[in-house]
Amino acid sequence: MPKVKVDGVEIEVPQGATVLQACEAAGKEIPRFCYHERLTIAGNCRMCLVEVKPGPPKPQASCALPAADNQEIFTQTPMVKKAREGVMEFLLINHPLDCPICDQGGECDLQDQAIAYGRGHSRFEENKRAVTEKYMGPVVKTIMTRCIQCTRCVRFAEEVAGVEEIGAIGRGENMQITSYLEGAVTSELSGNVVDLCPVGALVSKPYSFEARPWELRKVPAIDVMDAVGTNIRLDHRFREVMRALPRINEDVNEEWAHDKTRHCVDGLVRNRLDRPWVRKGGKLLPASWDEAFAAIAKALKGASGEQIAGLAGDLQDLESVFALKTLLNGLGSTLHECRVDGARFDVTTPAAYRFNSTIAGIETAPVILLVGANPRWEAPLVNTRIRKAVKAGARVFRIGPPVDLTYPVTDLGDDLGLLGKLPKEVSEAFEGKANAALILGMGAAVHAGAYEAGRAAAAALGATFNLLHIAASRVGALDIGFTTEGGVEAIRARAGALKALFLLGVDEIDISAFAETFTVYIGTHGDRGVSHADVILPSAAYSEKHGTYVNLEGRVQVSEFGVFPPGEAREDWTIFRALSDVLGKPLPFDDLSQLRAAIAAEVPRLGRPGLTPVEPLPAWSGTAPAPAGPIVYPIEDFYLTNPIARASPTLQRCSAEILHGQTFQEAAE
Amino acid sequence: MLEDKDRIFTNLYGFQDWGLKGAMGRGDWDDTAALMARGQDSIIEEIKSSGLRGRGGAGFPTGMKWSFMPKEPKPGKPNFLVINADESEPGSCKDREIIRHDPHKLIEGALIAGFAMRARAAYIYIRGEFIREAETLAAAVQQAYDAGLLGKNAARSGYDFDLFVHRGAGAYICGEETAMLESLEGKKGMPRLKPPFPAGAGLYGCPTTVNNVESIAVVPTILRRGAAWFRGFGREKNEGTKLFQISGHVNKPCVVEDAMSVPFRELIERHAGGVRGGWDNLLAVIPGGSSVPLVPAHEIIDAPMDFDGLRDLKSGLGTAAVIVMDKTTDVVKAIARISYFYKHESCGQCTPCREGTGWMWRVMERLVEGNAEIGEIDMLWDVTKQVEGHTICALGDAAAWPIQGLIRHFRPELERRIEERRGRTLEAAE
Repeated sequence: MPKVKVDGVEIEVPQGATVLQACEAAGKEIPRFCYHERLTIAGNCRMCLVEVKPGPPKPQASCALPAADNQEIFTQTPMVKKAREGVMEFLLINHPLDCPICDQGGECDLQDQAIAYGRGHSRFEENKRAVTEKYMGPVVKTIMTRCIQCTRCVRFAEEVAGVEEIGAIGRGENMQITSYLEGAVTSELSGNVVDLCPVGALVSKPYSFEARPWELRKVPAIDVMDAVGTNIRLDHRFREVMRALPRINEDVNEEWAHDKTRHCVDGLVRNRLDRPWVRKGGKLLPASWDEAFAAIAKALKGASGEQIAGLAGDLQDLESVFALKTLLNGLGSTLHECRVDGARFDVTTPAAYRFNSTIAGIETAPVILLVGANPRWEAPLVNTRIRKAVKAGARVFRIGPPVDLTYPVTDLGDDLGLLGKLPKEVSEAFEGKANAALILGMGAAVHAGAYEAGRAAAAALGATFNLLHIAASRVGALDIGFTTEGGVEAIRARAGALKALFLLGVDEIDISAFAETFTVYIGTHGDRGVSHADVILPSAAYSEKHGTYVNLEGRVQVSEFGVFPPGEAREDWTIFRALSDVLGKPLPFDDLSQLRAAIAAEVPRLGRPGLTPVEPLPAWSGTAPAPAGPIVYPIEDFYLTNPIARASPTLQRCSAEILHGQTFQEAAE
Repeated sequence: MLEDKDRIFTNLYGFQDWGLKGAMGRGDWDDTAALMARGQDSIIEEIKSSGLRGRGGAGFPTGMKWSFMPKEPKPGKPNFLVINADESEPGSCKDREIIRHDPHKLIEGALIAGFAMRARAAYIYIRGEFIREAETLAAAVQQAYDAGLLGKNAARSGYDFDLFVHRGAGAYICGEETAMLESLEGKKGMPRLKPPFPAGAGLYGCPTTVNNVESIAVVPTILRRGAAWFRGFGREKNEGTKLFQISGHVNKPCVVEDAMSVPFRELIERHAGGVRGGWDNLLAVIPGGSSVPLVPAHEIIDAPMDFDGLRDLKSGLGTAAVIVMDKTTDVVKAIARISYFYKHESCGQCTPCREGTGWMWRVMERLVEGNAEIGEIDMLWDVTKQVEGHTICALGDAAAWPIQGLIRHFRPELERRIEERRGRTLEAAE
């Protein structure tokens, strides 16, 4: 480990560290624009110049220089100060200085560093450069005159997102960052370039001119758009969430978030259920909470346990599902199910339905077999990890329809039958490889026998078995046993015998089988789920409640309350608590902490945030069935997978433009 | 003075056949296998002791550069030689003469140098605008292949060696060695960060040495005639012969081979027919191509034309492209034009060069007219200092130096223009 001296203080840095990292380790702040921890080093902004001895008698770019033994680094000398001021002056001479109308204002690297390292005045008397705007799609707005050519966005698109759709054209002062033909950037991760941009050149299109950063209150939350559990920060003003930004969590999302996570927030104020509704004479009429509860009590009167069922949808927090389960159990029903998409898999032990390689761990997999999984749409941030693995030399095989995953994949075919008779090429690739992984997607898991065949194949290949969930609520609901023998099909088969059905935010499945059943829909949006509902109870979206979410690897994460739900909508668990009183079976908790304690009492690991190890998956035994049939991926439209996303104008436009090739006319500015 | 018998480039003016037959008649490809049989280390030693310094401008000792290459290339990571024929420096025109009139010197040199540094193959990156030259070079390479001088068992030496000609697309920056590697790999020609140096990770991540055309082309002759012969010309640490390219206000502009360290006056008198209008009419000289600072007449007249001699004058030998300017020259305008060139050719990668070259050019344009304040001269000086040494490659330096040279030596002229214009303006206002 090299020992270096930073401004006279000797410190030891890890092998392979750069001078910039050494300076940071010594507590010295080094200004930078192009350098980013998660991207390759470009070394082109020249802001991080420091003086290094031994070395040439000129300042050196610390981001690109490896720290070496006995190096002496100076960060405060007149030479360094002069160099920084010089670079800052150059950056500013052609920068428009339109901070008062710039959306980056207040959170701009250039602004901050100009204050810290710049001169107080300008010596530039010539005309400033102006650059035309470039079209980059529905979520990224460009004001390219502000661009300082740091190329972070170019490197992100190429390295992390895996789409070579952003680049630099032209030379010298005419160099421009563009999407070449000015088409929408087709990556589902394109919103990240907005965060990466150190200036206001790339800003969020839906958020433009909406708010100033200092007006926003920020709460840490967990994203529910997929099962990854992306750590986010919800920035809200008054009663509206203005934007969602990723928080850093190395184990989950690093510092990325996909476009659905970022831009679903405008769906939180549209198409919302803000009061209870009760169907009378075939028509839904506004009602009070008391009327709604009375209607439910009436319908449930005399119903036995087997006549009542409950389904939990994709976006629910653990508390809501647990409260519904307790309510149903109190009424004598165990007909509850969270696998509403009809997926069949073993739920007896947590390892059987978790992503056992873990999200961070999949990076180290040397070979991966995807079965009916399209991680690019089902879990984009797992896909970036797989992409990292591929860049490190991993091979990826796929059983399923070919889709572009941004890395090379060996396609075996799209028939599930292949799982039983894997080609020799695959078994040879897996031979003797530690950390190899098999990822079974929901597209496969809905087929009878596919799960077992996947387990058997993983055992035969010596690979870690992983289930790729796509719903934020799923693993948590499975953990508390919100399942029933035979799954959703068993409940559907009993539809005729059911007197009442609770739908907790279930919008993604066909409920026509329950048309005759008295249906209570508890949810946030007037989406598909309400169509047959007899009583509608408005509840809180993920931004409007304290909630616990368990991600696909089994990680327990807590999301905080941001804004109040609209109108008369209430947090889900309080609805069940109130209803239970009306039904005469009061739930045993009166506040959130009691509810959480009850959950922890039942499943202790759910009381601890983070990833608690569970018993490893028992060795597979038994005969593997031979499933067959073509695989269809569960997500048809990445941008419109849930009620919040479908209510979002931004995501509707993303879908229309990026997935369906529709073009939009920009209003002339 | 260099005698005819000591000239390396005996067909510099194209009076004879450039082809293989003509080249062999001039002694090229004469038992190349025997030269190579001396062994790789011995060749490198010979070049080291000849004192040959890189002819591309920086003057780094060629033999030492070769010795940085791995002695035993790793499997899958062959060594490469890249020959820089992207001669785009305003004023320079020596590589062009070599390629179109004596290409076999270069090809033989490539084989020997490539062999010495254990290279699997060499790439000649030739400037895009050199259309006829590229044709000649490609034809010469084909001749060499047909004669068994390249390819498997090249020149019957038992060494396998390939040579590829790659045409650039006309960007000046691709003459920078790492930008050239990027361009060869099919990417945008932008200089790479160093370290790693090309000898560690160059073309396609393999160890690579980039040499100038002239540096490579003189190698066979040095080996044939011995290091001591080559060392016999020029001053210590500046040995050898050199192609000087004399342009501008001389009576007979020419490219000529002469010994290093030849005094400027002798060089011009003997080969270029003297300065137009006599020596008293000499204003200034840019001695090494557009990127080095100009030197005023009185300083350069008796200076030795070599790396160290010109460095002492705060200029440089560069590529030995001598641009002579007599007193009819608008020296400010000349430097402004050079500034425009660097503004145009900056790759745009690093901030100081991208933003600074444009700024410097715009101020220079105003200084031509005198449309500036006196204080702006100092500001311009400061800006050049902010660019110099703060960039990835040397283009930033190259853009700054000519302006620094101008301010250093012609500040009174700049001030005069400003004063004059101010006087005019005042008159007009009254």
